Amino acid sequence: MKQLKSRLSPVVENLPPSGIRRFFDLASEMKDVISLGVGEPDFVTPWHIRDASFDALSRGFTSYTSNRGMSQLLEAIADYLMGYNLHYDPDRELLVTVGGSEAIDLALRAMLSPGDEVLIPEPAYVSYRPCAALAGGVPVAVPTRWEAQFRVSTTDLESQLTARSKVLVMCYPNNPTGAVLSETDLQELATFCVQNDLLVISDEIYAELSYGGKHHSIAEQPGMRDRTVVVSGMSKAFAMTGWRIGYAAGPEDILSAMLKIHQYAILCAPVMGQMAAIEALQHGEREKQRMVEEYDRRRRLMVEGLRSVGLSCHEPQGAFYAFPDIRSTGFTAEAFAEELLRQQRVAVVPGTAFGEAGEGFVRCSYATSADQIEQAIQRMGHFLTEL
Amino acid sequence: MEKEKKLEILRLLQENARRSPAMIASMLGVEEAVVLQVMDEFERDRVIVRYSAMVNWDKVDERRVTAVIDVKVTPQRDVGFDAIAQRIYRFPEVSSVFLMSGAYDLQVVVVGNHIREVAQFVSEKLSTLEHVNSTTTHFLLKRYKWDGVIFDDGEQDQRLVITP
Repeated sequence: MKQLKSRLSPVVENLPPSGIRRFFDLASEMKDVISLGVGEPDFVTPWHIRDASFDALSRGFTSYTSNRGMSQLLEAIADYLMGYNLHYDPDRELLVTVGGSEAIDLALRAMLSPGDEVLIPEPAYVSYRPCAALAGGVPVAVPTRWEAQFRVSTTDLESQLTARSKVLVMCYPNNPTGAVLSETDLQELATFCVQNDLLVISDEIYAELSYGGKHHSIAEQPGMRDRTVVVSGMSKAFAMTGWRIGYAAGPEDILSAMLKIHQYAILCAPVMGQMAAIEALQHGEREKQRMVEEYDRRRRLMVEGLRSVGLSCHEPQGAFYAFPDIRSTGFTAEAFAEELLRQQRVAVVPGTAFGEAGEGFVRCSYATSADQIEQAIQRMGHFLTEL
Repeated sequence: MEKEKKLEILRLLQENARRSPAMIASMLGVEEAVVLQVMDEFERDRVIVRYSAMVNWDKVDERRVTAVIDVKVTPQRDVGFDAIAQRIYRFPEVSSVFLMSGAYDLQVVVVGNHIREVAQFVSEKLSTLEHVNSTTTHFLLKRYKWDGVIFDDGEQDQRLVITP
């Protein structure tokens, strides 16, 4: 028999290993580490949501649901999106998925033919590239720049556009940079997408964590609704990462194709999670607001702290990440993160984990307590003065 | 400074009074001097009454007993409940006094070193006061949550050290 490995899919074989795996192993072995490396809320899911889930279990909600998702949840999502001026028919244009991640995977698989190019503004969340490749597409990095506060522009896109460009995958508020797009940015992008007939997957999982004003979706822009799949979910806004409930909203043709894959590959999102999500959307506003206010305070603490120890840092306008510039230290992002971890036991994520455009930067998550942030900053201060 | 920001300072201090004014200033995006000034004002106006630690005495003092006493009183002309409340709260054994709506009038919390000490206070001092009509004493058995803090919270950070 041939070597087992050689019989596996070359597409999978060619996927690069995760940029944070080695770093994770290193950090996990160490004691007394303050982690600014976590990409999820430090809050536990609000109690009323957990309580609703206990109740659902005790009432026997343990079965499959309809493929698309429970109708009560679909309606709650439709109502919620209306708050963002997005109008979708819960029976035809929405789909409940296993986290936002599944929705991204489904959308790419539904849209791509072999060889189609997928434009991905980077630094970007780690799954867009591999998901595009697994769906037969060709991921194309669109580097964004510090000088533009990592907001993607039509000039950036233009430079990577080819006749095979088909899909743009973007995430604003952005993980890892904390960037958000302005109304003007969105208008320009929309015009560009319409002109070049691009489909858009807009990952808006951090929409609720916008600090400079209400979030706006690109799907609101003229001509965009019919070419955009909006992806979001419960994870970040309601501190529900482990429940794995996300959703996709978009035009019926794309959503039906996504539903087809979902029903064969996944069947449905877990029912307990769906019940919890209904509670979150219907009654979670107050707790959500409390968490957002807390992130906002920590955000200021983090940015001011990073600047006070001598690192340049844009004020992140969304999500819960600061993305300081570490080029002045002479380190690469990876070396900086590794040395900081070894010398001062502070874990940050090298920007390169999110694409080459992240070189020279590290991601510092402020989804951790204010006291921990203060301590981490002190340690970073020691690290930088000892260089 | 706008009122909402001032209230934020109070909330942050109530959560943790050891937070430095510099840290609070940074969290709220204001100058440290402004935070100090607001704190001074609050102290002067007795909005901030004191800075103290929340202690879980159960862990260090086994003898300590707490009684919650429902007290029915006769309100007095002109001063209502205030005069009798004052006579009660002046006793050092009394740790708090609240005027309540419902089946009784004053809720009095008494802390002592022994159940007998508390019983003695109730029978000799509290129930003999003029205008006190009756008392019902409940001994506190266990404190689960106090002023927003869960005492024996087993919920720990279960997250992985690094995630994308």
